[in-house]
Amino acid sequence: MNMAPKSSFVLSQRHLLGIAGLSHADIVGLLDLADTFVELNRQIEKKTASLRGRTLINMFFEASTRTQASFELAGKRLGADVMNMSVSSSSIRKGETLIDTAVTLNAMHPDLIVMRHHASGAVELLSQKVDCSVINAGDGQHEHPTQALLDALTIRRNKGAIEGLTIAICGDILHSRVARSNIILLNTLGARVRVIAPSTLLPPGIERFGVEVARDMREGLSGIDIVMMLRLQRERMNGSFVPSTQEYFAYYGLDQKKLAYAKPDALVMHPGPMNRGVEIDSIVADGAQSLIREQVEMGVAVRMAVLEALSRNLPNA
Amino acid sequence: MLVDRRDRHPILLANARIIDPSRDLDFPGDLLIADGVIRDAKRGIGAAGVPEGAEIIDCRGKIVAPGLIDMRAFIGEPGAEGRESIASASQAAAAGGVTTIVCQPDTEPTIDDPTIVDFIQRRARDTGIVHVQPMAALTKGLKGQEMTEIGLLKAAGAVAFTDGTRSVTNAQVMRRALIYADDFDVLIVHHTEDPDLVGEGVMNEGEFAARLGLIGSPKASETIMLERDMRLVALTGGRYHAASITCVESLEVVRRAKDAGMPVTCSASINHLALNEIDVGQYRTFFKLSPPLRSEDDRQALVAAVEEGLIDVVMSDHNPQDVEVKRLPFAEAAIGAIGIETMLPAGLRLVHGGSLKLMTLLKAMSTRPAELLGLPGGTLRPGSPADVIVIDADVPWVLDRAELKSKCRNTPFDEARMQGRAARTIVAGRTIYEYV
Repeated sequence: MNMAPKSSFVLSQRHLLGIAGLSHADIVGLLDLADTFVELNRQIEKKTASLRGRTLINMFFEASTRTQASFELAGKRLGADVMNMSVSSSSIRKGETLIDTAVTLNAMHPDLIVMRHHASGAVELLSQKVDCSVINAGDGQHEHPTQALLDALTIRRNKGAIEGLTIAICGDILHSRVARSNIILLNTLGARVRVIAPSTLLPPGIERFGVEVARDMREGLSGIDIVMMLRLQRERMNGSFVPSTQEYFAYYGLDQKKLAYAKPDALVMHPGPMNRGVEIDSIVADGAQSLIREQVEMGVAVRMAVLEALSRNLPNA
Repeated sequence: MLVDRRDRHPILLANARIIDPSRDLDFPGDLLIADGVIRDAKRGIGAAGVPEGAEIIDCRGKIVAPGLIDMRAFIGEPGAEGRESIASASQAAAAGGVTTIVCQPDTEPTIDDPTIVDFIQRRARDTGIVHVQPMAALTKGLKGQEMTEIGLLKAAGAVAFTDGTRSVTNAQVMRRALIYADDFDVLIVHHTEDPDLVGEGVMNEGEFAARLGLIGSPKASETIMLERDMRLVALTGGRYHAASITCVESLEVVRRAKDAGMPVTCSASINHLALNEIDVGQYRTFFKLSPPLRSEDDRQALVAAVEEGLIDVVMSDHNPQDVEVKRLPFAEAAIGAIGIETMLPAGLRLVHGGSLKLMTLLKAMSTRPAELLGLPGGTLRPGSPADVIVIDADVPWVLDRAELKSKCRNTPFDEARMQGRAARTIVAGRTIYEYV
C-alpha cells in the first residue's frame, strides 16, 4: 500500500459546493494534489490509506454513470468505505424527502457525502442539515465544481498553464452547470473565456460574468487555445430552444472545418456524455486534438484530491 | 357573541402627534374615542373634556393614525387553517397595526359564492379581533373562464374582485368582466404576470438568476399583461387595480394610464419596496415571491413612486407557508412571505431612511385602500369608526420570527433591526393590542 501523498494543503472550505467559494490558492492546491494522484493511479498499487475508516456516501438524485463511478473509485482508492445511493426521481416525492434523507443519513455518521440533484441549490440545502463534508457533484444548472477542476487539470497538464490561454465554451450555456463552474474557475486562474452559443442558449446577464460572447463559431473560435463543447439535452433540440439537431449541428456542431478556425494547436474537450453528430463530430471527438478520454482519467484524480483535502478538515483528522 | 362593555369605555389618546392622511393633517393634539367612534381629534381636549370613566393614555412622543388596511393578504381559511386561520391572521394584524385585513379568494373552497363570503364574515366576527373584508374571485374557481356572480357577491359583502395570484389570460374573459363589473361599480384587482412568459421562472431574470442557475422570469411578463389590461380598460372603462407591480417598466405603463385619466390604480408590496433580488442570496426561499423581487433600481423607483402617489397602495402580500414547503430546493419551494405584522415596521425603515414621508406611507396603507374599496376606515375624521393605532416610530427592536403571531414563520425580515412599530391597536373603540 502506498503512503498518502505528502502535501500540507488544506482547503479553506468545509464543503465543496461550487467553484464560486474557492480562492485561487484553493484551486491551485487542489490541482497540485490531483497531480500526485494522477501518478498514483497509473501504478499497479493504486490504494492509499488516508481515508481509512471514513465513510463516503454517493447520493445521486439524477442518473449519472461516469461521475458516480469516478467518485466511487476515488473514495475506494483512498481507503474509504463507499456506499452508493441512487435515488431515482420517480421514487422520491420531490424535494420533501431531501431533508428527511439528509437527516436519516446524518444519523449514520458519514464523513463525506457526494450529491447530485436536479435542482439548483439542493446541495447547499443538504449541507446545512448534516455534520459531514458535502461535495457537489452537480446541482441543477448551478455548479459542477469537480468537472471544472478536472477540466483545469487536463488543460494545465497539456498546456503547462492556464493563465494567458483563450478558452471557448460552446453550446448550451444556459442550462449548463459545467459552463458556470468553468467560467468562474478559468477566470480565477487568468484565462480569457469566450462563450459561443445561439442567443436562446445564453443566460440573460451572461455579459456580467466576465466573458466574451459570440454567436458564430467562425468568429468565436478565432485565436482559441481550448474548445470546450457542451452537451445539448434532447428535450431542448426540437423547436423549444433550437429548431432541430440538423440546424444546431450545421451552425454550432464542432467538425473539422469549424475546428480549423481555432489555433492550429487547439485542443478539444467535452464533459460527456457526448451526442455525436449533434454538438460534436465523431472525427473530432476521437481525433488527435481531443482530450476527452484524458478528462475522464483526470476526473478520478481530481475527486481523490477533493476527498483527501476535505477529509483533512474533518474532526479527528 | 357578547360584547364586553367594560372594554368599550371612552379612550383619550392624549398629547400625541396626530396624523390623518385623509385630510393631510399632522398636528399635536388629543383624540377622543367613545362608543366605538372617533368623537374628536384636536388640540387640547384634555382630561376636562372627556366623559366619565374614560381611560386617558399619554401618547407623548408617539403618533396617532388611522388603523392600517392591508389590501392583499392570503389567509388559509377556509381550507388551510393549518397555515393561517382568520384568528391567527387577525392576531398578527393587530400586532402590526392593521385593523382591516382584505383577504384573498384563493381559499378552499374558493370565495366565488356568496355563501363563502358569508362564512368569512361570520368567522371574522366570531374568531377575529380585527375587521376582515374578503375580495371575491373574479372567475369561477379562479379558472379564468367564467365570471362569478359579481352582483350577488358584492351584495354579500365582497369588497373587490380578483383571481388572487392568477392572471386572467383570456382577454375576452377579462374584457367582459371589466364591462360587467363596471355596472356594479366594483373594483377589479388583477395579478399581472403572463404565465407562459414566466414559464418555469422562479426569480427575476438576469445576472443573479444566471449565477444561481435558476430560471428567470423577465419583467416583461408583468408589463405585457399590464399593458394588455390598459387596452382593455380603455375599451371598457372598468375600474382597475394592478395587484402588485414591481418594476420601472410597469410604473411607466401606470403613469401613462393615469395621465390619460383612466380609472387605474395600483399597489406595491412592502417586500418589493424593502428588498431586492440580491436578498435571495444563497437560495433563501423566504424571498421567493410572485412577482419575484427585482433589481435595486426597480426597488428605488417603486419607493419614489409611492412618495409621488403613482403607487396608490402599499400592502403586505401576506402569504403564510409551512416550513415543509419552504425547506426545499429553491425552484421547488412554495411562493410567498408573511408580512402583515411587519408591513408597518418595514415601511418605517423607509421613512427613517429618508426615502418616504410618514404621511405618504400611512396614506398608502390606510386612506387609499379605504377609498378604493369603499371602506369606512382610513381616516380620523370625527364620526368615523374608531379603528386607530398608536405608533412608536422610534423604538428600536430586533425581529425574532419566533415571536410573530402568524402560524407560519416565513418572514424575509428575520433578525432585521427595526426602528418603530405599532404600540397600540384599537378596533371599533377597543384596545386589542398593546406593545409592552
